[in-house]
Amino acid sequence: MYPEHLKYTKDHEWIAVEGSTGTIGVTHFAQKELGDVVFVELPDVGRRLGQGEELGTIESVKAVSEIYCPVSGEVIEVNHALRDHPEAVNGDPYGAGWILKVRLGDAAELSGLMDAAAYKGYVGQGGH
Amino acid sequence: MTASSGPRRTPLHALHVAAGARMVDFAGWDMPVQYAGVIEEHIAVRRCAGLFDVSHMGEIVVRGPSALEALQRLTCNDASRLSPGMAQYSALTTEAGTPVDDVLVYRLAPQEFLLVVNAANDAKDVAWVRERLPRGAEAEHASERFAQIALQGPSAEAILAAATPARVGALASFRFLGAEVAGVPSIVARTGYTGEDGFEIYCAPGGAEAIWQALTAAGKGHGLQPAGLGARDTLRLEACLPLYGQDIDETTSLLEAGLGFIVRLDKGDFLGREALARQKEHGVPRRLAGFEMVERGVARHGYPVAAGGDPAGQVTSGTYAPFLRKNIGLVYLPAALAREGQELDVIIRARPVRARVVRTPFYKRPKPVPRGAGGA
Repeated sequence: MYPEHLKYTKDHEWIAVEGSTGTIGVTHFAQKELGDVVFVELPDVGRRLGQGEELGTIESVKAVSEIYCPVSGEVIEVNHALRDHPEAVNGDPYGAGWILKVRLGDAAELSGLMDAAAYKGYVGQGGH
Repeated sequence: MTASSGPRRTPLHALHVAAGARMVDFAGWDMPVQYAGVIEEHIAVRRCAGLFDVSHMGEIVVRGPSALEALQRLTCNDASRLSPGMAQYSALTTEAGTPVDDVLVYRLAPQEFLLVVNAANDAKDVAWVRERLPRGAEAEHASERFAQIALQGPSAEAILAAATPARVGALASFRFLGAEVAGVPSIVARTGYTGEDGFEIYCAPGGAEAIWQALTAAGKGHGLQPAGLGARDTLRLEACLPLYGQDIDETTSLLEAGLGFIVRLDKGDFLGREALARQKEHGVPRRLAGFEMVERGVARHGYPVAAGGDPAGQVTSGTYAPFLRKNIGLVYLPAALAREGQELDVIIRARPVRARVVRTPFYKRPKPVPRGAGGA
């Protein structure tokens, strides 16, 4: 449920890093808490985001929730497929449900994030 | 049903928890908001059937030689049109023609009526009714005596028929009968709050579990799913059934809310009649209108609505509609704007998102059950 190669935030985002690119989404715990996702509001490509800055919103049938950027960086790609298939966030949060990609601003920020074991412990205690 | 501190629990609470339902506090009750997921449950009700625990709903029994007089005075629909075994949608009204609550009225006997009220208004309604009863009528606060299970959807009749000897297939819409369901003495009514055919079953709290289990078993093979308050809300909004506290309250006139069909000005005097008659004559300044989003975005309760750049109202209810696969909502608009095709902007996180007034209800089931004469 929490892949080993990802880093996690307290706000339940994940980031996968390949070179200078970070792919970002929300975790299995987040999608479960939200319930059926019906809409994801994505930022424009080219936007610069600070670490912890709101990058968009995710709406389930019942709730609206903000998504925060795990690291600083510039948006280089967003997952347009979520426009027509927001339910991918529920069905495949680490795959087809990815939200956007950034060019990392400062790779050192990654060391402040949780690894899978730490995140698993965090959500085990309620994740708040 | 229990008087312990913290949110109250229905007699089915343990079953919901065991089934993995997500529980939320609703009107002081710890209620299941979803089991498998709101969308799946919603679609199950439209296509097959859903089973809802709505034991949080309140009940008031008005009885006595003046019971009918009391109903006629306190509610806006015409209770004299009900024979025992018939039900109607109605409202307890203020002098201003606004609802104290919207209610279902069941005539149990010539001198006995059951009022089913919203959980959040339970205590308020009892006090309201008691303060205004004529001589010769009494009001029993009966919420503790009743659990309520709603079985809703096109397969509801077939499922219920397997759990009761009563001829529920012969029951018309807005009719009810006394029957044993799973051996438990119950009131079985062909009513609901989903826009679908279905039944609401009232029984003593101790019998609820047996009924729930029997219907669950009977529903296997019919696609029956337990459904929570989340789906109940999206279902009722697709069907344009108002929710008290959101779409209607003591500040909204029944005519503004589009509930003129339960306002019987011709039945004689009742609380609020004068105000409503005046509104009917002069017209209401605003109307509850249905809209759908044209651009992407989900409207939610409280979001501002603009027309031509000017403030026009606030969303009272809004959601993604799982069956229609659209984003829909309700808003009180100045009467001139409350017409099909009117362009609107819903302000979502400070950004105007285009919407359009549409015909309501958003959803109407293809084959309605014949209505019983007299009920309304």
